[in-house]
Amino acid sequence: MSVDTATVKRIASLARIAITDAEAERLAPELGNILGWIEQLGEVDTASVEPMTAVIPNTLRLRDDVVTDGDVRDAVLANAPQAEHGFFAVPKVIE
Amino acid sequence: MTHVTDLGVAAIRDGVRAGTFSAREVAEAFSARVAGAAALNAFLVQTPDHALAAADAADKARAAGEAPKPLAGVPIGMKDLFCTKGVASTAASHILEGFTPPYESAVSQKLWDAGAGMLGKLNMDQFAMGSSNETSAFGNVISPWRRNDGGNAPLAPGGSSGGSSAAIAARLCPAATGTDTGGSIRQPAAFTGIAGIKPTYGRCSRWGVVAFASSLDQAGPMARDVRDCAIMLEAMAGFDPRDATSLDLEVPQWEAGLSSDFKGKKVGIPKEYRVENMPAEIEALWQQGVDWLKDAGAEIVEVSLPHTRYALPAYYIIAPAEASSNLARYDGVRYGLRDLPEGANLQEMYAATRAAGFGDEVKRRIMIGTYVLSAGYYDAYYTQAQKVRTLIARDFEAVWARCDVLLTPTAPSAAFALGEKNADPLAMYLNDVFTVPSSLAGLPAMSVPGGLDAAGLPLGLQIIGKPLDEQSVLNAGLAIEQRAGFTARPEAWW
Amino acid sequence: MTESTYRIQGATGEWEVVIGLEVHAQVTSNAKLFSGASTAFGAEPNTQVSLVDAAMPGMLPVLNRECIRQAVRTGMAIDAQINKWSRFDRKNYFYADLPQGYQISQLYHPLVGEGSIDIEVDDATKTIGVERIHVEQDAGKLMHDQHPTRSYVDLNRSGVALMEIVSRPDMRSPAEAGAYLRKLRSILRYVGSCDGNMEEGSMRADVNVSVRKPGDELGTRTETKNVNSVRFVMAAIEHEANRQIDVLEAGGRIVQETRLYDPDTGTTRSMRSKEDAHDYRYFPDPDLLPLELDDAFLDECRASLPELPGAKRARYLSQGITPYNAGVLTAEVETARWFDALLEAGAAPVQASNWVASELFGALNRLGKDIEQSPVSPSQAAELLGLVADGTLSGSLAKQVFEIMLETRDDPSKIVEERGLKQTSDTGAIEAEIAKVMAANPDKVADYRGGKDKLFGFFVGQTMKAMQGKANPQVVNELLKKTLG
Ligand SMILES: [Mg+2]
Ligand SMILES: [Zn+2]
Repeated sequence: MSVDTATVKRIASLARIAITDAEAERLAPELGNILGWIEQLGEVDTASVEPMTAVIPNTLRLRDDVVTDGDVRDAVLANAPQAEHGFFAVPKVIE
Repeated sequence: MTHVTDLGVAAIRDGVRAGTFSAREVAEAFSARVAGAAALNAFLVQTPDHALAAADAADKARAAGEAPKPLAGVPIGMKDLFCTKGVASTAASHILEGFTPPYESAVSQKLWDAGAGMLGKLNMDQFAMGSSNETSAFGNVISPWRRNDGGNAPLAPGGSSGGSSAAIAARLCPAATGTDTGGSIRQPAAFTGIAGIKPTYGRCSRWGVVAFASSLDQAGPMARDVRDCAIMLEAMAGFDPRDATSLDLEVPQWEAGLSSDFKGKKVGIPKEYRVENMPAEIEALWQQGVDWLKDAGAEIVEVSLPHTRYALPAYYIIAPAEASSNLARYDGVRYGLRDLPEGANLQEMYAATRAAGFGDEVKRRIMIGTYVLSAGYYDAYYTQAQKVRTLIARDFEAVWARCDVLLTPTAPSAAFALGEKNADPLAMYLNDVFTVPSSLAGLPAMSVPGGLDAAGLPLGLQIIGKPLDEQSVLNAGLAIEQRAGFTARPEAWW
Repeated sequence: MTESTYRIQGATGEWEVVIGLEVHAQVTSNAKLFSGASTAFGAEPNTQVSLVDAAMPGMLPVLNRECIRQAVRTGMAIDAQINKWSRFDRKNYFYADLPQGYQISQLYHPLVGEGSIDIEVDDATKTIGVERIHVEQDAGKLMHDQHPTRSYVDLNRSGVALMEIVSRPDMRSPAEAGAYLRKLRSILRYVGSCDGNMEEGSMRADVNVSVRKPGDELGTRTETKNVNSVRFVMAAIEHEANRQIDVLEAGGRIVQETRLYDPDTGTTRSMRSKEDAHDYRYFPDPDLLPLELDDAFLDECRASLPELPGAKRARYLSQGITPYNAGVLTAEVETARWFDALLEAGAAPVQASNWVASELFGALNRLGKDIEQSPVSPSQAAELLGLVADGTLSGSLAKQVFEIMLETRDDPSKIVEERGLKQTSDTGAIEAEIAKVMAANPDKVADYRGGKDKLFGFFVGQTMKAMQGKANPQVVNELLKKTLG
């Protein structure tokens, strides 16, 4: 499996990780190597197999529709790199 | 004369209850050990006040004649993957530097409710991704063990719970929490000559534990022996309505149920675990383990887990895929690091923050995970991996008809030197070859020390059990422990 | 069923418009889909946010039963397939209003499958297919106008439950899209699963539009996001269809893209900010197990459904109510509820429907009130209609009494009693007044008897006036006919 630097950059961009050209070049063979190794899974005949949904038999529990949380703005904002007037602040977004 | 820091959980608990020593003495002694072991870099944060407060509460309760709590007087270490209220929690990553959770993880809260105190937050592989503790953003943990060749090569304590394993082996704490996604409790336990158990998936709440791979992550205890693991696990486990995957079951009394009598029980030896290039010493230890369990009364059966060789590649699809999504929340908006280059827009801020905040291995796994989930690849990689996972779980189900537990080595080698496997990520991933299959199937599994290799380094044996049957796993561990008589400990050089 | 004949005339001939709608409807619930924070509208920023909604490390989702119940009931209301096994997937993308870095949604196994909604356009019924309804989290809100260089993030909406109701591309005109949205809104409000309040954002539509020459294959579509009124949806379709036709006729091609509707200009424009977000890397949320529903749950959902607009309309028609009145009375759940209470109180269906559609609606319109604020209750109205039916009140007296009821909120019987507004059938009194009227108008009597039949109305009017409007008009008619000969 060979991964080119363009693919590495596309993936890095999807994952929102800034990378330099040099990093992309270093990562390309590394990821290619790992993905090539992973691809041996293709050998396994899984035609009649369902993908795993829960490792231990268990069903999804449902919660009652009751307000039990919230009203903790200080805790919510306490760790924010930038919080102003009760909001999180980010660089201006133009839509 | 034995020092209190040479004692394990049960002995400390019993000593405090009997009044042989006070909880404060214990907390002070361990805190001093922690403070004196900076060279190991096992602790990221020291919290002697927390330990002392719990100790004082224990002493006060005893003086007042109150019924003792299960862990009253026992100070422990907390892996930094657990969010602890008011105490910095970073998952050993720069991206969470400065993060102080306004909440307490379910498992740590249960431990405090049981009377335990916290000595500090333990170093680990960044976001629990690694098998040697070399991916921590705050420096390697150095194993207290050294080879007996006279060299001083610093060794890996295993990972990702390497701070936990090193601290226990060095007697900085009698027990610690770990988390295990693909072997992160068992492999470091094996590398440092201690015991550790990953319970059935869903036994311990994941609420408040920084997520790596949600369908695999399980908390569990690490301690010097099997009984201490049982005591700790009883305090850590239990239903939590805040975790949708938590099992709504009573917590068994594992300590009371301990028995090393294996008469009438069957132990399976999976032939696929006899991998190529396995060191002879590990082969020999495995055989030794078989003999010990026979001696305990067990019948040995050879079994087959035919999809074993596909476990590791399946794991390295599923875990990174889940991680790539779980780690998307680290974006510099609500907590942790923000890197905002001059003039950067929102998306550029994300990319800069994540580039600066995540370490190389974390980035590598996020990239792999992003790749395997991306358009056109999802079915070939992710869906196929989850199907293979079904087959792996079926393999285990099939063998439970023939045996009660499985015995295997924990890791394919003893501890390696720091830096030895850094160059090749794949070589590092292969460390988890024996621990990953049971993780994929959500099964309880533990590592107990079996002996030393020629270089004087510990080797571990792994016991894998049926879903929810931690008791048989602990009991097999106890049977081995009693026969192995493992007493070796690293000499203090730090 | 009739095919729409809506066409847009272009330079190269007629074009057909193909429309599909994805409606996001906020599920009526107290708490959010996966957290215990409140969903109430209009709170201070970030006060209705739990640590789960803020995606703090280690926080986990736990599903709200009521949100699932409401989505299932909605599915049942459009005769859709309810999937007893469904699950939640993560839709991964980075945006400041999305704290987790993914939205928990349902791609592969939605809760609700195929269903349909009947709409009436130009007196014909058309069935619009619904492909699916899935349940997902809403995002937070970004404010761009509070600071020159920063946007502010409010997570109060983050994690509120939405139903995404995805139609088939079965609509062929802005009018059909409008009718579909209105009908859907009506159903949601009948079911009680969404308040349908478009101003507060409880319902938003993503509008998929393509154009083609009639009979051609489907063209490339664009998706105009988050349009928040029926009128805007219709305007957006019209603009977008015309824009696409202009592009195609100029030899260009349509780019599949996300667009934004600007209500100020009535136009749509490309949304650059979403351009690179197309690879969502959906996969099952590993924090959640599959959602499995049992028969008892489904039975309860079904049993709790009210009579829906279609069934109600059919019932009204069978009671002799006109199609127009039946339509008006069933359009809004509050109206139907009020009208049913009126029937329950004993009013005769046909008379009651006419009275509500004319008298009551007229009065409420004048007063600027909606039906829930009506000063006259259904039981009072039933009493009023009863007084007409048993001859106590004439039509005009009933109008008078109703006006007084609107002002005083008194019962009609009390008003009739106190003000002596009772209609009289006392033939002696009426005959006496007729005699006076005839005596005062001898010429008119002569003209009438000479063949000017039209003058009959004049005598009725004069007699009624003399009786202060209280005479039974039927008795007046009979007596006049007899006396005038
Ligand atoms: Mg949409
Ligand atoms: Zn949606």
